[in-house]
Amino acid sequence: MTPVISIQREPFDVAAEIAYLTAGRSDIGAVVTFSGLCRSEEDRLAALELEHYPGMAEEELGRVAAMAAERWPLKGLTVIHRHGLIKPGEDIVLVIACSSHRRAAFEAADFLMDFLKTSAPFWKKEHLVDGSSGAWVEAKEADDEAAARWIATGAVKAAD
Amino acid sequence: MKLRYFAWVRERIGLAEEEADPPAEILTIADLIGWLTTRGEAYAHAFENAATIRASIDKAHARHDAAIAGAREIGFFPPMTGG
Repeated sequence: MTPVISIQREPFDVAAEIAYLTAGRSDIGAVVTFSGLCRSEEDRLAALELEHYPGMAEEELGRVAAMAAERWPLKGLTVIHRHGLIKPGEDIVLVIACSSHRRAAFEAADFLMDFLKTSAPFWKKEHLVDGSSGAWVEAKEADDEAAARWIATGAVKAAD
Repeated sequence: MKLRYFAWVRERIGLAEEEADPPAEILTIADLIGWLTTRGEAYAHAFENAATIRASIDKAHARHDAAIAGAREIGFFPPMTGG
């Protein structure tokens, strides 16, 4: 199982990405997708600007995907993260996990999002509706805690 | 070595990347941050809260006590906010 990893400016098509993983397969019984969308934050934001570290972002997504593939019996896995200017309502990130039974797919998708948020080198800057450039989004402690719980429960091993 | 800056670290320093040749006594990421802060107000501002700054060596996450010997590219950036 080789995960599909993509960092791209363009929007993605969720149905097409699922079809790519499941086409011609008869061993997949569960497909879980997670899409992360840009919010307007009560009409305050015109867009989010997603900056990334080219090269390292692909490496990190690949590393986290490999951890998931090692931990859960996955039949297919896709991680797509967009960069550039993304407007409210548009997609930012997509995770698709396929397995024979649902539990592995649910858990792997959940794990991937938790680890992606704290380890993949992406940063969000707010662009406000009045045309001005807002603040950089601050990392949340809750995200660190969400990632740490996978290590605390022994689901995955901590990196070095 | 090449230094690369991202997000508000990049904005505060005013550069996305630069070549640097730190003196031999600069051994770790923490040493490098300390050395960079002596290069002017912009650097001092970027690294004023050094503990919050994340670093990478050759595109892999690195702790502040990591040795920089042999590094080709070192990145400095705030905690990640993707997803």
